Amino acid sequence: MNIVVVGGGKVGAKLVEDFNNEGYDVVLIDIKSAVCEKIQDEFDVMCICGSGTDVETLEAARIQKTDLFISVTDNDEFNALCAVMAKKLGAERCVARVRNREYSRQLDFMRVALGIDLIVNPEYGTAGEISRILRFPEAIKTETFAKGRIELIEISVDAENALCDKAIYEIYKRFKIKILICAVQRGGEVYIPNGDFIIRGGDKLHITASHHDIALFMREIGIIKKKVRTSILIGGGRISFYLAELLLESGIKVKIIEQNIDRCQELAEYLPKADIVCGDGSDRNVLEEEGIDSVDSIVTLTGIDEENMIISMYAGTRNVDKIVTKVNRVSFAGLMESTGEYSIVTPKNITANIIMRYARAMKSAADTEMITLYRIVNDKVEAMEFVVNKQSDFTSVPLSEMKIKKNVLIAAIARRGKTILPDGASTLEVGDTVVVVTTHHLTSLRDILA
Amino acid sequence: MNYKMIIYSVCRIVMAVGATMIIPLLLSIFYGEGITLSYVIPIAVSLLFGAAVYIKPPKNKSMYAREGSVIVALAWIIISLIGALPFYISRAIPGFVNCLFETVSGFTTTGSSILLDIEAMPKSLLFWRSFTHWLGGMGVLVFVMTIFSSKDTRTSYMMRAEMPGPMVGKLASKWKFTVRILYRIYIALTVLETIFLMLGGMPLFDSLVHAFGTAGTGGFGIKNSSVAFYDSAYIDYVISIFMILFGMNFTVFYLILARKLALIKENNELKWYLVIIAAATLIITFNTLPIYKSFSETFRHSFFQVSSIITTTGYSTADFTRWPMLSQIILLMLMFIGGCAGSTGGGIKVIRIVILAKIAGNSIKNSASPRSVFSVKSDGKQLEAAVLKGIMTYLVIYMIVFALSMILVSLDNKDFTTTSTAVLTAISNVGPGLGEIGPAGNFAGFSALSKIVLSIDMLAGRLELYPILILFSPHTWKR
Repeated sequence: MNIVVVGGGKVGAKLVEDFNNEGYDVVLIDIKSAVCEKIQDEFDVMCICGSGTDVETLEAARIQKTDLFISVTDNDEFNALCAVMAKKLGAERCVARVRNREYSRQLDFMRVALGIDLIVNPEYGTAGEISRILRFPEAIKTETFAKGRIELIEISVDAENALCDKAIYEIYKRFKIKILICAVQRGGEVYIPNGDFIIRGGDKLHITASHHDIALFMREIGIIKKKVRTSILIGGGRISFYLAELLLESGIKVKIIEQNIDRCQELAEYLPKADIVCGDGSDRNVLEEEGIDSVDSIVTLTGIDEENMIISMYAGTRNVDKIVTKVNRVSFAGLMESTGEYSIVTPKNITANIIMRYARAMKSAADTEMITLYRIVNDKVEAMEFVVNKQSDFTSVPLSEMKIKKNVLIAAIARRGKTILPDGASTLEVGDTVVVVTTHHLTSLRDILA
Repeated sequence: MNYKMIIYSVCRIVMAVGATMIIPLLLSIFYGEGITLSYVIPIAVSLLFGAAVYIKPPKNKSMYAREGSVIVALAWIIISLIGALPFYISRAIPGFVNCLFETVSGFTTTGSSILLDIEAMPKSLLFWRSFTHWLGGMGVLVFVMTIFSSKDTRTSYMMRAEMPGPMVGKLASKWKFTVRILYRIYIALTVLETIFLMLGGMPLFDSLVHAFGTAGTGGFGIKNSSVAFYDSAYIDYVISIFMILFGMNFTVFYLILARKLALIKENNELKWYLVIIAAATLIITFNTLPIYKSFSETFRHSFFQVSSIITTTGYSTADFTRWPMLSQIILLMLMFIGGCAGSTGGGIKVIRIVILAKIAGNSIKNSASPRSVFSVKSDGKQLEAAVLKGIMTYLVIYMIVFALSMILVSLDNKDFTTTSTAVLTAISNVGPGLGEIGPAGNFAGFSALSKIVLSIDMLAGRLELYPILILFSPHTWKR
């Protein structure tokens, strides 16, 4: 597959890296030659120094033969224009990043009117992820499949937990709750475990089940946190805005601390129900005055990673129940994640995931369709959801009779509103939604077969 | 420094190049020369290198600019050492330094020889000598990349150290594909030349060997009097034209195949390259007219010598050390200039000369009107300050290396012309020089020290200075 990316910023570089690792032919267009040089040194891709709206540059990138064109510069209008031009010049599919609030309400209209196949709003996506985390405070992270019927959550197990030093089959036998442990992260390694795998203190478990069963299981093993009712957001950028909207909708009280008075005015105008405070969110006094000791959750969303991390660590010492930290640099994210105390979100990864899912879905065969793709554990493991559209050689065959690749786990099957945790006798049927957890890169359900 | 990765990569390259010695081995068996062992030993040695790779591949594959340059430089030195073994073991060339000089001259596509009687050499060794030109012309690393489709992403650092020219362009998004396109063009042109030479009545072996020499812009012949031996106007013109083709940027051929002829017209470097060839040929033709019988013969020899020297090939059909001074000086200038970036030729490269001339012109204008602002463009694109600075520094370093080498070679107490052109011809990878080392002479008269210095110059010139110089810098080896 030929892919052209315009803009080599955070998201652009991440996309180039991911697509290159999966073996696609990638061309990057960036106006700055320093960016081109850096990316060309790091990855085996072609870099063209020029503008994404320049026909000559686009033709040099062989736009006629491009399957996927992605424009992720920092300018919305430029991205849209690039995508429209690329489409007219013969690119198969176009993706544009558009993140201004004014456009967010008319994305569907723009998509149709301009002929852009996918419009990504990373801030909106990030806000969505944070709101899911806040609604399920026991987990470090949650992802949903099958229209929310199946959840994939990440929890960390400390040394005193009841699960410690038990094999996985013992856990299933003892609690008799329909859950599936589909990946275990230990140190820098990740395992797709079988029944004999023994859980140790400090492990991070990735579990799939229905929402109800997960809540039950968490209560049984004693990870209980109280429901989030109030939240402080530090930094009043775009993510804060979208997040505040989402949280207010679900009845959580929101307070935004932002330094810039003009921005505060703007937020106050658009978010009448939220408390807007003009002050320095990294100032201890401000935090105490605004009630850090009584709030359920805190989300740090300033533009500076270090600031977010330090505020989060401070909040940790003040016993805030749920702390979510936005970290842009992945290497830093690892530093915080190792403690298991904080939930980390990285906007560029969320955006890259959305686009990656789109690319995989493009490639996937007609008989199965990829609906969702999440990458967990620093992109080492992928959890994805397929819909079985047609009868084929792997439908109606018991799983135990299929030759399935190593490190592939069928984590859940959703059939007619019911969630099935599969065993050897389970089959895949037409109309099923199948959740697969694996360390391979899959584009279609058929890829699970060895 | 990731030493394990360096060792791993170097071993892989050495193994691949060693394996190519199977071709001269088969030839030598075919001709019944009785020097089988001379090939079997170096092949075995390079396979041992390869075994080291498969026993323990490095876990940490990270590689940066430093590692890239060191890998390229070390690989070139080690393959030269191994490539010299057949000459040494078969005793066809006396003394290891001589064998090394000959092999370095081969791989770097220089074509300077220390052989007094070429025709006395076993045929398989002559083949190997010319084959090193062919391998070295396109680049050894490039060769290995086409064989192993590695997943290492940071190969850019290595490729940049080996590919000639101030800017490295990719033809496809992956190096693997870029390299394949380049090699296809390279092989196709080589085959084409072989066929054309055979049509001129040259035997298959001779045609192939001369095609190798032309393709790599190397210049090792198999006759004592080089191409003059065949004394055929047809052969002279075929070789001249192919030398000029191989001195062009390979992107040009790719653009022709991709039917983007408009882009070729914009190619500034190509235009100047052809203008320089035409101008030099004309001047030399009129300057040497009194020496030859007819105009057509004069033109034929002038054109051949000009194409041979500017592309840094080094074949000869006439002894230009007997030409008038003007012609000799023009050839000397051509040795400096060299071929185009992205070709198999050596020298400073036409593009650098063109840009340097533009910078110089702007500086002169600027001194007259200090407030005017100028921009330097190439192929219609504005060049960045960093690129310009890189080109100027390149010239300075080139001169420093030139000066230091001249001091060392001057210990042999040869005349000025011989000493200076020996160094120039080595750095520019041309082959013959002026004075004692003209087309009729050779490098046998130099001391071992000079031969080693010239070998280093050839490597430095082929790899565009930096990789070899980095080896000598203590900073590189610090942890």
